[in-house]
Amino acid sequence: MSLKDKLHQLKLKYQGTKMEPLFNAFHTFLYTPNEVTKTGSHIRVVDDLKRTMNMVVLALVPILIFSMFNTGYQHYLALGQVDYATDGFFSPNFWNLNNFIVGFKTIMPLVLVSYIVGLGVEFYFAMKKGHEVEEGYLVTGMLVPLIVPVDIPLWMLAIAVIFGVVIGKEVFGGTGMNILNPALTIRAFLFFSYPTWMSGDKVWIHGLAERTDGISGETILGSLAQGKDVAYGVKEMFYGFIPGSVGETSTLLILLAGLFLIFTKIGSWRIMLSTVLGALVMGLLFNWIAPSMEGTKFYDLMSTPFWQHLLIGGFAFGTVFMATDPVTATQTTKGKWIYGFLIGLMSILIRVFNPAYPEGVMLAILLMNVFAPTIDHIIVGKNIKKRLNRLKVKTT
Amino acid sequence: MGLLSKKDAALIKDPLFDNNPITVQVLGICSALAITAKLEAAIVMAISVLFVLSLGNVIISLMRNIIPSKIRIIVQLVVAAALVIVVDLVLKAYAYNLSKTLSVFVGLIITNCIIMGRFEAFALANSPWKSFLDGIGNSLGYGVILIIVAFFRELLGTGALMGHQILGDPVKKTGLYALGYENNGFMLLAPMALIVLGIVIWVQRSKNPKLIEENK
Repeated sequence: MSLKDKLHQLKLKYQGTKMEPLFNAFHTFLYTPNEVTKTGSHIRVVDDLKRTMNMVVLALVPILIFSMFNTGYQHYLALGQVDYATDGFFSPNFWNLNNFIVGFKTIMPLVLVSYIVGLGVEFYFAMKKGHEVEEGYLVTGMLVPLIVPVDIPLWMLAIAVIFGVVIGKEVFGGTGMNILNPALTIRAFLFFSYPTWMSGDKVWIHGLAERTDGISGETILGSLAQGKDVAYGVKEMFYGFIPGSVGETSTLLILLAGLFLIFTKIGSWRIMLSTVLGALVMGLLFNWIAPSMEGTKFYDLMSTPFWQHLLIGGFAFGTVFMATDPVTATQTTKGKWIYGFLIGLMSILIRVFNPAYPEGVMLAILLMNVFAPTIDHIIVGKNIKKRLNRLKVKTT
Repeated sequence: MGLLSKKDAALIKDPLFDNNPITVQVLGICSALAITAKLEAAIVMAISVLFVLSLGNVIISLMRNIIPSKIRIIVQLVVAAALVIVVDLVLKAYAYNLSKTLSVFVGLIITNCIIMGRFEAFALANSPWKSFLDGIGNSLGYGVILIIVAFFRELLGTGALMGHQILGDPVKKTGLYALGYENNGFMLLAPMALIVLGIVIWVQRSKNPKLIEENK
C-alpha cells in the first residue's frame, strides 16, 4: 500500500476523533486528497495553493544556495583567508566548497528551525480547529531564514516564528486571512525584541559576534548611515557579494527569480514595477535636493545615486517576494500600482531619514499591508459609483 | 462570603470575571498599555483606581438625588478630579520615585473610562453601599488584568519582578542569561502590551464561551 493510501486509511479509521485532522493534514499536505469534486465543478485550474507555493519555493532555492556560498565567503573575507572575488559573477574565490560548507552549517539550522517550528504550529492549529493544514507556511518558512542575520540564535528564531504564525496569521483565521505578511511579522518581532542581534556592524557576517579583535562588517546601508565610505563596487552589489541578511544580497538572482514569478504569473508584475518606480522617484527627488543638504547626516544616503538604492539592502528581495504576497497586497489592478508605488516611496524615505532603521523596506511593506484593504475599498467604491452614474445616464 | 448577600457578592464577582471592565467591556485600555511595563507601577495604579472609584462611587451615590441631570457629568468630573488630586499628592509625598514613573497617568485616572462609566451607569442609580461594592469590584477587575499584563511584560522584558532580577543578571551573564537567554525589548513597548492584553482576552474567552460574540 502506498503512503498515500495508508494515510487515507488512517484518516478514515480515526474519523471523528481528534486525530483525524492530523492525518488529514499530512495527507493533504503531501498529496491530492482522495475526495475531489467528481461532477458539476465548472472551473478547473492547475493553479492550486500548493502549486503556487511550490513555485515560489522553487524560485527561492537558487537564492538559498547562493546565500550559503556568500555566508562562507563573507566569513573568510573578514578573516582575511580568501581574496576578493573580482573576476565576475563566476569568480572561483566565491564559488568554492569551503565557503559552501561554512554557509551550509550556519544556514541549514535556520531553515530547519523555521520549518519545524512553523509547521508544528500550523499542524497544532489544524488539529485544534479540525481542518486541513494550510500550505501557507511553505513559503513563509523558506523566506524567514533568508531575511534574518546569519548568526541569529535559533531559540530567538523559534520564538519569533511562533509569534509570527500565531499572532500574525492564525488569530486572523489562518492562511489567506492575515493582514500582515507573516514572514515580515516574524522579522519585525525579532527586530524590536532583540535589536542587538538584528542591527549593528557585527551581526551580518558569520562568526564576528564572538570575536573581539575589532573586525567589523557593516552593510552598505549601515556604512552610509554612519557616513563611512562604502567598500564595495556596483558590480559586487549587483552580484550580491556583500554582507547583509542571509538571502537578500544578490540583486541578480532576485531579478531572475522575479522574472520567473512573472513568467509563471504568480508574482504581480504591476506591484514589482510600481515598487521600483516609487523607489526611483524618491531616489531622484533626494538626489535633486541633496546638494542643499550637504553637511547634514542625511547627505550620504541622499546623494547615493538613485538607481543604486535598488541594489543595496533588502529592497530587491522585499519587492519580489514580500510586496507581491497575494494575501496581504491589494487585489485591484489600480490598487496594485498605488500600493507598490507607495512601498517604493516609503522604503527610500525611511532609509534616508531614519537612522535607527537603516533599512526601510520591512517597515514600508508592513505599513502598506495595513493600508491595502483601504486602497481596495476606495477603488472598488469609485468603480461602483462610476457604473451607477453610467446607469443613470442611460435610463434618463 | 457570609458577610454579603448573594446579590452584593455578585457586584464584586461579576466585574472580576464575566464582566471585566478591561477584557470584556474594553474600557481603560489606555492606562493598561501605558503603565504595565513594571509590576510595581501597575499595582500602585490599581490601588489608586480602587481608591478613586470606590470612594467616588459612594460620593456620587450619596448625591444622586440632588444632582441636576443636566450638569451631572461636570459634577462627576469634579468628584473624580478631587479624589485623583488626593491620590497624586499622597504619592508625591510618600512614594516620590513611583509617582515619577507613573507621571501623568495618575492625573489621567480622571479620564479613565471605567471611572466615569461606573459613576454614570451605576452610582447614579444605586444606594451608597451597593455603589461601594460595585466600585471595589470594578477596580479589582481592572487591577487584576493590569497586574497580569505587567507580570509578563516585566518578567520577559527585563527579567525582573518588582525590580528584583529573578532570572539572573543580564550584564554579568548569570542564571538564565548564562545559557544565552536575552530580554525581549519588544515587551517594553506599548504594542506588545496590546498583544499581551489580546492574549489574555483570548484565553478568557476560550475558557468561557458565553463571552464570545456571535458573528453577524
